[in-house]
Formats: sequence, structure tokens, C-alpha cells
Amino acid sequence: MDNLRLLIDAPLLGVQLLLDGILIGAIFALSAYGMALVWGVMGLINVAQGELVMLGGYAAFFLYRAGIHPLFAVPLAGAALFLFGWVLYRSVIFRVVDKDLFISILATFGLSILLQQLANTLFGADVRTAESGLGTLFLFGGAVTVSQIKLVAFAAALLTGAFLVLFLRRTRMGQAIRATAQNARAARVMGVDTGAVYAWTFALNAAICGASGALVAMTWVVHPYLGLPYTVRSFMIVIVAGMGNVAAVLGAALGLGAAENFAGFIFGAEYQAAFVFLLLVAILVWRRFWLARERKVLR
Amino acid sequence: MSRRALRRVAWAAGIALALLLPALLPAWRSQMALLWVMIVFALTWDLLGGQMGYNSFGNVLFFGVGMYACVLVQRDAGLGYFAGLFLGSAAGALLSVALAALLGSGILGLRGHYFAIGTLGLGIAAGELAGGWDLVGAGGGMVPPLYPGEVGGRETFFYYLCLALAALTLPVLARLYKSRFGLVLNAIRDDEDKAEAMGLRTTRYKTTAWCICAFFLGLSGGAVGNLLGFIDPREVAFAGATFGVWMVLMAILGGKGTLWGPVLGAVVFHLTKELFWAWLLGWQRVALGLLIVVIVVFFPVGILGWAREKWPGRSGQRVEEVGPSAAK
Repeated sequence: MDNLRLLIDAPLLGVQLLLDGILIGAIFALSAYGMALVWGVMGLINVAQGELVMLGGYAAFFLYRAGIHPLFAVPLAGAALFLFGWVLYRSVIFRVVDKDLFISILATFGLSILLQQLANTLFGADVRTAESGLGTLFLFGGAVTVSQIKLVAFAAALLTGAFLVLFLRRTRMGQAIRATAQNARAARVMGVDTGAVYAWTFALNAAICGASGALVAMTWVVHPYLGLPYTVRSFMIVIVAGMGNVAAVLGAALGLGAAENFAGFIFGAEYQAAFVFLLLVAILVWRRFWLARERKVLR
Repeated sequence: MSRRALRRVAWAAGIALALLLPALLPAWRSQMALLWVMIVFALTWDLLGGQMGYNSFGNVLFFGVGMYACVLVQRDAGLGYFAGLFLGSAAGALLSVALAALLGSGILGLRGHYFAIGTLGLGIAAGELAGGWDLVGAGGGMVPPLYPGEVGGRETFFYYLCLALAALTLPVLARLYKSRFGLVLNAIRDDEDKAEAMGLRTTRYKTTAWCICAFFLGLSGGAVGNLLGFIDPREVAFAGATFGVWMVLMAILGGKGTLWGPVLGAVVFHLTKELFWAWLLGWQRVALGLLIVVIVVFFPVGILGWAREKWPGRSGQRVEEVGPSAAK
């Protein structure tokens, strides 16, 4: 708890942690929004969400090694993961979409292990990063440092999110996706090809996960095992913010990023992962008691 | 021979085989000891997942807690080997049960997929906590004390210990499933709200079931920790990606919601794994992931479920219509 005193003595440290957390949070928001999309439209909780982020990170890393600037790798990684998501839907996911939720959770959990171990075997367990070559900003006379790439990644995450929202609002396919989310059967009656809508939804989700993974590779590191924490974070954010509310998702994600950063500083970095998973349990249990007071259950 | 005599002969042959196996295949004793543990894993998972419809991904939590508690007592209590092991196993089982009772009202109030993901988080969080806690060796893990007997005696001893554990679990659960308690669990699986409306205190039943599950898993944790001779927080004790998933997979492979399905699934899975694992040369875990996807997507009814569909009359037990719809 020594670090807590340090935090009180030096408030600027708190500003630093808050800023870093918020900048991470925007990246969490992307994968969370993707999870909410798939959950809302297909009724499927994708446990392999974090692995899509991881694969996006590796895509950006390999593009970077091929000589492409990481910022241009963001859309490319998104495009690559779009294709990957499409293939994944057409090969596996479509078989579990209308099964009960446990089957789909277990199947995507298996996919998550599969992808993570494939990455471990093919790419190695080393920690990789895509160097952007941008400088660092110094605020408050050097007491608070912000690497510019984090700011750029924050902006890119917001831009990607805005792009997705516009896609859902303005295009014909976006309209079909929203219609299917409201009532799949009615949409089918009205002539919407829900199979194609599901494939698009899952591929879109993979694409924004890929973009967020590329941002992760630029600002932090990628390794084969980073997936599950991202899945859990996305799940937490969706539970707290609800589905389809962009502002709430963003707010919850920024809050989670900041909370995680503070917890990592106060309890020590080795407990940061434990904090994420315990927070998930705490949120679920808290919601269960909160709903029980109103004579409801979390379904 | 009448059907009953046949069954008796089969039982006697099975028991004799189980007792004689270490003498027949001495090189495979620890793998076969693990086979009995796998049977316990699948059976205890099925108590919640199959019979009660609560699909837990975090039962490995109790296994790890039992393992750590047992080895901690063995290390610090200053008793002889067998006294330490006995006391440690008891402590592990008690601690697991206490933990299940404590967490029960909060966690078991979650329904369906929230329960699944919540328990997944619980299991991983436990591994992360153990990996940072210096008392239990942090990330470096712990080493249980050396077995005092002659070389090779350890495997034989733990083979019989694990066999005894499995031989304890199966009849207890069989009794349970035939009793009113088993009926309540099935009622919770089929429609929890209705069960509650009928006046059953569902949370109490659910917590009890979880405690039973935790008891056997806690006991097996101590045995496995000593059998393997090394505890790692994330790879052995709270191994969500191996033991934790295998539990689910074995129960589903054999047929969840049945008594013998998990046993069958555990035997098939463990034998296949031990026989073919070495051929995969580093691709084992990739194969495991693929196996999960294939089994879940193409074979969710399991071996017994498939056999019942094929020969509905011959399965000996009453054919009940419990499809996957039960686990909403």
C-alpha cells in the first residue's frame, strides 16, 4: 500500500495514470462494441473476441516488419480480420448461432484456445511490438508524459468506432443488421437474408477487433496470450453499458481503463490481471443482488 | 445368465482390473492414477453442468485450492508424511467446501451464460492471485515433500488413493441422483423459476451441490499435487486451459446429465490423449482447441446421448426427454 501514499503525495502521478487509462480505454471500447454487436444481432457471446484482437495485433506486426508504417497497418489489419471473421463464420460460427448459449460459449471458448495455441506455435511466445517512431509529449513541466502514439491510437479508435456507427446507420447492410437485431424472424419475412447479415456482423466485429489489435500492437505489445483479458473486459463493458448504446460503452470502457491502471499501480502490476477478472466477478455478483432487490434475474 | 448375474460379473471384473492394473502395467501407474482423477473431474462437473444445468468453467478453482492447502499443510505443519498428507487433504477439502459455500449465494444466483463467464473469471483470477502470493511460492510454485517409501512406491500409493477417490465419488453421486435432492437439481435445470415457485429454496440446493462438487475436487487436488510432485499456479493448480476445459469436454463427450456418461467420456478422452498426445509434437494444445470445437459443434449429445437416440429401449435406464433446451 506504499504506492497509495505515493499517489496522495504526488497528485500528478494520478493525472498520469488517469490519462494513460483513458487512452487505453478507447481501445477496449472498440472490442466491447464489437462484442455488443454480435451479442445483440446474433445472440452469441464470442469468447474468442480477445483472440481476434490478438490476431489483429500480429497482422499489424507482420505488416510493420514488411516495412509498412503501423498507422497504415490499422485499416489493413481490419481488412484482413474482416476476411478471417467471414471464414470463421462460414466454417464454424454459423453452426452454433441458433444452438443454446452454452454450446456457443463453449465452441467459441474452444476457438479461443485453438487460435491462441496456433499463434503460440506459429509466431512464438515472444512479446512483439510495432514501433511507430513518434515522440513523447511532456505536460506539467515534464511530470506527466504522454507518448504521441497513444494519442493517435485514441483518435484512431474513436474514428473506427464512428465509422462503424455510421455504417450501421447509413448503409443498406447496416439497416439490415439493425432490423435483424430487432427481430430476426420479422426481418426474414421482409426478405432480409439473415445468414448474410450474420456473416457480415461477425466479419465486421472481427474487423474492428483487428483494428483495435493493430492499435494495441502500436501502443503496447502483442503476445499469444493477451486474448482472454480482452474478452473479459469487453464482456464487462457490455454488461455495465448495455447493448447498442455507444456513449455508454465508451464511458464504461474509459472508466475501466482508468480503474485498471490505478489498480495496477496500487496493488502492483502482477495483480493487474487478477484485478480484471475479480472485477468481472464483482460486477456480475453486484448486478445479481441489485436485480434481486427488484425481483428480477439477470438473464 | 440372467441380466443381474451378468452385471455382477461385469462389476467384479471391473473392480479386479482396477485393483490389478498397477501390477499389469507398472510403467503407466501415474497416467492411470490421473485417469481416476479425470473421472472425478467429469463426474463433479456433471453434477452442476449436466444435472443442474449450471455450466461452470471455474470448477478448477476448488481443485487448485485443495492442492495448495494440502501442500501448505504438508510443508508447514511439521508432521510425518502420511499424517501431513491426511491432514492436508482434509484441510484442502474443508477449505474448498467453505469457499463454495461462501461464493455460492453470489455466484450461483447468476443464470446461464453469466454463470459460465463469471466462473471462468473466478478460476483465472485464483490462478493470478496464487501467482503473485509469496506464501505459496508465487509464480515459482511449490514442491510437495518427498514420498518416504522406496522408489516407485509413490506412484502405486497415489494410484490406489485416486482409485479410492473415484470409487467414493461415483456411489455418492449415484445415491444423490436417485434421491429427492437429485430430483430438485433436475427441476432447477428444467425450469428454475417454477422450481422456486414450488417452494424449493433453490439457492440452498445449488450451493449444497457446489459444496459436494468442491469437496471431491479439493480432495483430488491434494492427491494430484503430490502425484505430479510440482505445483505451478497457472499450469497445474488453476489450469483453466487444461484441467478446467477437460472437465467440461469429458462430461459432454460422454453425455451430460447421465451418471455413466462422464465416466465413459473421461476414459475415452484420457486414453486417447495419453496414446496419441506424444505423436503430435508440440501441437497438442492446438489439437485440444480443435477437439473442443469439433466435439461441441458436431457431437453435443455425447456418446451416451447418441446411444440412447439409437437404441432408446436398450439403455436400461428410463429414457427421459432432456435435450439441450434444458440448459437455457
